[in-house]
Amino acid sequence: MHAGQISYLSCARKLKNYMNRTKLKNTSGILIAAEGLDGSGKSTQLYLVKRWLELSGHHVYLTEWNSSVMVRQAIKRGKKKNLLTPTTFSLVHAVDFSDRYHRQIQPLLKTGYIALADRYIFTAFARDAVRGCSNAWLRNLYSFAKVPDLTFYFKLPSKVAVERILSNRPKIKYYEAGMDLNLHPEVYDSFRIYQTKIGAEYDRLSQEFNFIEIDATLPIEIQQETIRAIIAEKIDLASFKNGEVV
Amino acid sequence: MKRFYIEPLPKCNVNKLHGKLIVLEGSDGSGRTTQIAKIKNWLEGKGYAVVNCELARSQLVGPELELARRGNVLGPTTLSLFYATDFMDQFENVIIPALRAGFIVLADRYFYTLMARDLVRGADPKWVQNIYGVTLIPDLVFYLNVSPRRLIERRWQKADTMDYWESGMDMGLSRDWAISFLIYQQRLRKVFLKLQDKYGFIVVNGNKSIDSITHDIVTRIEKLLT
Repeated sequence: MHAGQISYLSCARKLKNYMNRTKLKNTSGILIAAEGLDGSGKSTQLYLVKRWLELSGHHVYLTEWNSSVMVRQAIKRGKKKNLLTPTTFSLVHAVDFSDRYHRQIQPLLKTGYIALADRYIFTAFARDAVRGCSNAWLRNLYSFAKVPDLTFYFKLPSKVAVERILSNRPKIKYYEAGMDLNLHPEVYDSFRIYQTKIGAEYDRLSQEFNFIEIDATLPIEIQQETIRAIIAEKIDLASFKNGEVV
Repeated sequence: MKRFYIEPLPKCNVNKLHGKLIVLEGSDGSGRTTQIAKIKNWLEGKGYAVVNCELARSQLVGPELELARRGNVLGPTTLSLFYATDFMDQFENVIIPALRAGFIVLADRYFYTLMARDLVRGADPKWVQNIYGVTLIPDLVFYLNVSPRRLIERRWQKADTMDYWESGMDMGLSRDWAISFLIYQQRLRKVFLKLQDKYGFIVVNGNKSIDSITHDIVTRIEKLLT
């Protein structure tokens, strides 16, 4: 049996969770999120989903979890003056996400788009939980945001993810390495430990929110094939064709 | 011993917070600043070390918040999260360290103001409560209750024009600033009086003379400290 088929079968098992639901209709737009560690290849996969949907004439929009200038400035100042705490670190990012959610994601959904989110609230859930924020507090903080219709989790052993990142990008930033957590005085070691902790959080979230797990060690095109099959099965794509948005 | 409203703040040892947290709430023009100065004098005269703090002054996001207020481009949820960030920054970097050092923190407003502003704008009360659930229950909270009519008169004593946010102009209550101000402040006042039970505010009649208000407040503080 082909490796891709094995992966698809495990995905199909996951889909049993959705069996009782009816096919998602184009009444309010569709939100598809991609989550996973840095280096898991989720951005590549989501970009390919976007290309597939737009080339086949669908209303689709890809939105990324990029920090705005405001957040970058606040984080920079916070670091320089040693101001950031787990709570304010979380809140600064929540401000940024809220702005993007209310001005971009929510309007896209209201106007019947398929919105593809490269990282979503689960990124904050994992990262901020590792820093010590409680799950209950985090769930409440982000409760204004819609839970995605489908969340793909690009699962990769943290060791592999870390090696992928370190081989491409030797400079790891302070917070990306989790240096504020005092895990290890050396940046690369800190990064390794931090990513392992984030990975463990993602695994827990995957259970809690019924993520669709994709084996991110597989070849890119095999993963993409699986993802496209799942989307085609779960979503009434015909209702998102160009020209049919009311 | 100090307690948190809903859950402990990450990485905060409550047993080491020996100071006192005293909060003064009230709209702009309610005489808060005057009272805080007088109370501080009184406390320092008695030998207590005092730290002041007020809203929208955080090092972390103060400048960005000011820009956001001027630009009026953020939605209500985003703006309330912005204020929450500002508040929590000061809470963790000013209030907590001062309490740890045994100071008396005289807070020129607490999260109640932010909560009231959110609630009059239709925010989910549970959402707001939970966000501020990681804050300390103060030792005393005074609310200076002043009629909106009186507030507007005091506005003219210190400024030439009305303030956009204090007048609630973002809410579309009226095209007329004075009318909008009166409606908005009346709504805020109602919310505050509703929050009074839940949060145990001591309501002080802010229409009385300055000295008589100070006397009321100081009497309560004296009781707390002995």
